[in-house]
Amino acid sequence: MVKIGLDIGSTTIKYVVMNEKNEIVEKDYARHMSLITNKAIEILTFLQQKYPICKLSISGSAGMGLAKYCNVHFVQEVYSEKIAADQLLDHPDVIIELGGEDAKIIFLSSGLEVRMNGSCAGGTGAFIDQMALLLHIDGSEVNEYAKKYEKMYTIASRCGVFAKSDIQPLINQGAKKEDLAKSIFYAVANQTIGGLSQGREIKGKVIYLGGPLTFNSELRKCFDETLSIQGMCPENSLYYVAIGAALLDPRETELEDVIHLLKQYQKTSTYQCIDGLFSNVEEYEVFKKRHEQHVVLSRPIETYEGNAYLGIDAGSTTLKIVLIDEENRLLYTDYQPNNGQAISFVTTFLKHLYKDYPNIHIVSSAVTGYGEELLKAALNIDWGVVETIAHYTSASYFIKDVDFIIDIGGQDIKCFKIKNGYIDHIFLNEACSSGCGSFLQTFANALGYEMAEFAKLGLYADKPVDLGSRCTVFMNSLVKQAQKDGASIENISAGLSISVVKNALYKVIRTTPDQLGKNIVVQGGTFYNDAVLRAFEKELGLDVIRPNIAGLMGAYGAALYAKRHPVQESTLLNLKQIEQMKMDIIDTQCQGCTNHCSLTIHRFENGRKYIQGNRCDKPVTNKSSQDEYNIFQYKRKLLSQYQSKEDTNTKRGVIGIPLVLNMYDLLPFWYTLFTHLGFKVVTTGFSTQALYIKGQKTIPSDTVCYPAKLVHGHIESLLEQPIDALFYPSMTYNLDEHLGDNHYNCPVVAYYPEVIQVNVKRLRDKKFIHDYIGISNKQFPKKFLQVLNQYFKDITLKELKKAIAAGKEAYQNYHYLVDQEVDKIIERSRQENRQIIVLAGRPYHLDPKVDHEIDKLIVNLGASVVCEDSIARRSQKHPTTVINQWTYHARLYAAAYYCLDYDDMNLIQLVSFGCGLDAVTTDEVKSILEKKDKIYTQIKIDEITNLGAAKIRLRSLLSAIGERNGKR
Amino acid sequence: MAKDKSKRFKHILVPNMAPIHFELFRNIFRHMGYQVDVLTNSSNNLIQEGLRYVHNDTCYPALVVIGQVLDALKTKNYDPETTAVVLTQTGGGCRASNYLKLLRKALDRAGYEKVSVLSLNLAHLEKENHIHVDLKMIRRMVAGLVYGDLLMFLGNQIRPYEKETGKTDDVIEKWVTKLSHEINHGHALSIHSMKKYTKQIAHDLATIETEQRNKIKVGVVGEIFVKYSSVGNNNLEQFLLDEGCEIRVPGIMGFVLYSISARMDAIELYGGSSIKHWIIRLLYRYVLKMEKVMIKAIDQEKKFEPMMPFTHTKETAKKIIGLGAIMGEGWLLTAEMAVLCEEGFPNIICTQPFGCLPNHIVGKGMIRKIKEIEPNANIVPIDYDPSATKVNQENRIKLMLSVARNDTK
Repeated sequence: MVKIGLDIGSTTIKYVVMNEKNEIVEKDYARHMSLITNKAIEILTFLQQKYPICKLSISGSAGMGLAKYCNVHFVQEVYSEKIAADQLLDHPDVIIELGGEDAKIIFLSSGLEVRMNGSCAGGTGAFIDQMALLLHIDGSEVNEYAKKYEKMYTIASRCGVFAKSDIQPLINQGAKKEDLAKSIFYAVANQTIGGLSQGREIKGKVIYLGGPLTFNSELRKCFDETLSIQGMCPENSLYYVAIGAALLDPRETELEDVIHLLKQYQKTSTYQCIDGLFSNVEEYEVFKKRHEQHVVLSRPIETYEGNAYLGIDAGSTTLKIVLIDEENRLLYTDYQPNNGQAISFVTTFLKHLYKDYPNIHIVSSAVTGYGEELLKAALNIDWGVVETIAHYTSASYFIKDVDFIIDIGGQDIKCFKIKNGYIDHIFLNEACSSGCGSFLQTFANALGYEMAEFAKLGLYADKPVDLGSRCTVFMNSLVKQAQKDGASIENISAGLSISVVKNALYKVIRTTPDQLGKNIVVQGGTFYNDAVLRAFEKELGLDVIRPNIAGLMGAYGAALYAKRHPVQESTLLNLKQIEQMKMDIIDTQCQGCTNHCSLTIHRFENGRKYIQGNRCDKPVTNKSSQDEYNIFQYKRKLLSQYQSKEDTNTKRGVIGIPLVLNMYDLLPFWYTLFTHLGFKVVTTGFSTQALYIKGQKTIPSDTVCYPAKLVHGHIESLLEQPIDALFYPSMTYNLDEHLGDNHYNCPVVAYYPEVIQVNVKRLRDKKFIHDYIGISNKQFPKKFLQVLNQYFKDITLKELKKAIAAGKEAYQNYHYLVDQEVDKIIERSRQENRQIIVLAGRPYHLDPKVDHEIDKLIVNLGASVVCEDSIARRSQKHPTTVINQWTYHARLYAAAYYCLDYDDMNLIQLVSFGCGLDAVTTDEVKSILEKKDKIYTQIKIDEITNLGAAKIRLRSLLSAIGERNGKR
Repeated sequence: MAKDKSKRFKHILVPNMAPIHFELFRNIFRHMGYQVDVLTNSSNNLIQEGLRYVHNDTCYPALVVIGQVLDALKTKNYDPETTAVVLTQTGGGCRASNYLKLLRKALDRAGYEKVSVLSLNLAHLEKENHIHVDLKMIRRMVAGLVYGDLLMFLGNQIRPYEKETGKTDDVIEKWVTKLSHEINHGHALSIHSMKKYTKQIAHDLATIETEQRNKIKVGVVGEIFVKYSSVGNNNLEQFLLDEGCEIRVPGIMGFVLYSISARMDAIELYGGSSIKHWIIRLLYRYVLKMEKVMIKAIDQEKKFEPMMPFTHTKETAKKIIGLGAIMGEGWLLTAEMAVLCEEGFPNIICTQPFGCLPNHIVGKGMIRKIKEIEPNANIVPIDYDPSATKVNQENRIKLMLSVARNDTK
């Protein structure tokens, strides 16, 4: 009797048929397009003809429920793989398998350990497909492109959504597909290794299994290179799960019975559902009628002669062009994917316009969106408009006293609250929850539909799937589960539309519907889908306005702006200039400072140029960075000085201190203390990518915050140096600054030394001082002496007390210097009428690798940057509505209160992704700032280096502040 | 005690966590004049309410607990003026200390400004709105804890092997009713009667007819709420029973002892009042004594294995992590994993809310070391979150179980 192993994965179904000698007699695989039960029935029906009675096992992530219902033996897929490997291979050490959605590592020799990616780290096969979609190539072509790479980009290796926000701007900047393809593979390799090795080394005989690793030789190469090994991809590498399942004593089964049960299963399954969108056609018609009222009229361009105004919205994925006449009517509109070729699209359009309609004169032009600066430089457009202003301009055209604008575009969600005619709050989606237009599109395409057609399917769905509000990666598996449970495509479509709305409301805006106001304008291409629009109205319990040009609002706003801001003579390139236009793109590294930013320079024929990738103004203006407005730079300079000189006399030896987490605050203290005790002190300096990679193998939790992950690299780098001891104490309690009710550190800051102690094995034969220390406590000297004496017996209490006193003085002096500099910055700014931004977060946000030098960006945009700790020292303890018992949080609250009294001082909060405590602090800081109607801005930071979204947010904030102060 | 204003409420709502314990606690509180209702609603709407009124990045337990309260307020007609919600507070460095404040905010946003929020804590938090804890209450709570832990612990040992399905739960239910009755009459609380009743309980459960069955021994540890609450952990217990496991979940007593001893340790580590240390030590010793009562009762029945005493757990912790790690479940969680391995439960599910800060350290962070000490430890961390899918979680658990089966072969 034959044995059949059926592997139902997240994207494919595979089967093997094995004879009694365990030889494979038949095998095949097919993509199931999420129609899992159907495909399973199809395959089994096919097999049934040859093998009516056989032994059958099911395995695979999507096979569990199905196997249970049909009473077929089920084998967990990773385990199954292990069984197959034991049978087929000669003593393998490690298996790395990438599947459609899962990544797995199995350590076989010396202690079995199996790892699967956590629920957060999506990606792998589906991720590569998604990235291919962005590159407009087929998933199978990525490998061919990757072969021809020349250059690599750093792409966040954490989860698909993050990587996407790294790649999109690169595409827009014109990065080569070849280079991106290779970079994507590297990101996958780094993600798998970083996320799954968790401190265990991958070495010896390494086996590659699963689709992505079977089909992509370049991906295998990336793993080989990263791990410095020569892995191998065996025969049948796609079928190991199926083989293992067949080998694990399946039960004798009549296939006919199973098929019969599967057909029943299809009908019986249930899933969580919510109310439908429309119950009948009449309801839909009324709804449609209502929305047809909000229109901008068009005028055929052929019939028009005279002045016209041009508005361009160069978004991250699409380019929109609007041309209007003197009566704000549309003469021409265009909406298309920009494919990174915004310039050529616009020039083509202008050429046609100039040639075909010589009697239309563009008297003023404006551009907005991601590509604003590039287009403005390339075409000499008259005005660059911040996105928020463009959108507000057009929304207020439809309804004067608009309260709220929500724009759901391809890549992002933008929401603005309007109060008394100015933009009061800006909400943008963070990189983690970008469930927007492209999200719907990705799902539509994955299921084989066009987006518009797909969204329409959901209009009359009776039981939409309840998908909650989460990021794409989570959504993927929820959709899969719903399909398994028999949800129809209509109900999935409706469910997705509703989830887009919930995502916007509860994840991005985070408010109860009643707080939005009455006059709400919805826009962005996504709202062309009536299903999304209806879902939004239902969730709000309110009728909203969707203009007929919902997808063109940015461009229309730009055109209106151009019209309201007439120029003497438009500088927009004329026909002749366009025809002569030349453009060179040069990729280079900036030599202006040690950052060596990767620059992309667009150079145009008449000397105009546009530089991308720079963090500071130096390559553009050749001026040095404006550090006199930037406390972050000043602090960095100060902190760099706490490092013993090479020839320091070492009475007691060398002590290493990692510059991580709370050390960014306490370094002056510890440095001075140890110097006084006669140690040479070595610190690690600021983080670099190389340093991060060095430590990533020992990170045990893939969801811990980025600043904590960086600790591993710092420790590794200290271990490379000749040090006698490493000092990184555990600190439940921080300094008591009397701004809160207690003075805790967060659990991660407090106890990360414990994680290091357990997971960095090389530390075990070193003196690693990671004991618990309470520096605010009265008995600190005595207790600390006990700790130190374990490692250095001869230190005396007298000596230590002196050293502590010196340390405290150094710490206070450090604060004094910082405070003085802040005074100067504030004074200078007030003289020059510069906005002052309190860039508030945690001390470790000072690390340029952590804050991505957002501080410099702010200074470049014309504001000054001061820090929360110095501002907090000017403030005092205030009542809070949350528990105020963490030292660093208390600084945030105190600094926020201080801002309330100064019109020219605003606070921006930096939040590290994954920081659980900031879920508490952000709401509180926001509510403090709102006491005096201050705009609250939060920037979430992670590994991602792309500052595009942050930049828009900052510009919007600064322009909104400017506008408000102008009105006052 | 008569001055405690909390007694005026007609309904004091308590979100459920561990059903056996909480039913006992309810009766203890009622007997003392607090009209406690333990919430049992568990519909999907509960998560929706949580998502709507709580910051979505807040930890999952806060979302579930607050969601459960709001769902109950909306579906049952409690009079806001005479209704209160009580939550416990530890005042530690974990963000869970903020649940109470988050609940207050959520209630206000949902239009329940008049519903009061009470705190049950020993850390002198929320002095305005708290249930006054005195020695008498502590004594009764500890008794409830002993009975609850005992019934849960022994139930888990016998349920997978019972001949007659449902028998174990019948016996447990009988005892919960009986104990509640006794407690309502002020009985079953003295150390003498506790000795008597614990023995009777152990004996009663030991006489349930069982048969030899091949089961996988699985330990469950984790963040206290998702570890115990079936709403929080997608019915983990039932899933494991269906998969053919005998489960062991360390009791709440351990957590209480850990919380008490952490205060002593803090004084030892950083310095502090020796009087305070002495008082805490009294309480610590008292609860240890109660633990002994429970262990003794189990020990007398051949059929049962008692739990390792807390003092042993604490010693185990020292080998892996510093005793200063006291936020959230702190070193206790780490130690529980190691102790479960010792007790023959090397297959462990470490449950945590997605993004739980302490668990980055004491859970996932310590697994490496535990495996060094206990090479056959087979630990899977599972994250709980409003949209972490059940399939995903179950698949990972199944993987752990496959490895477990492989090892028993």
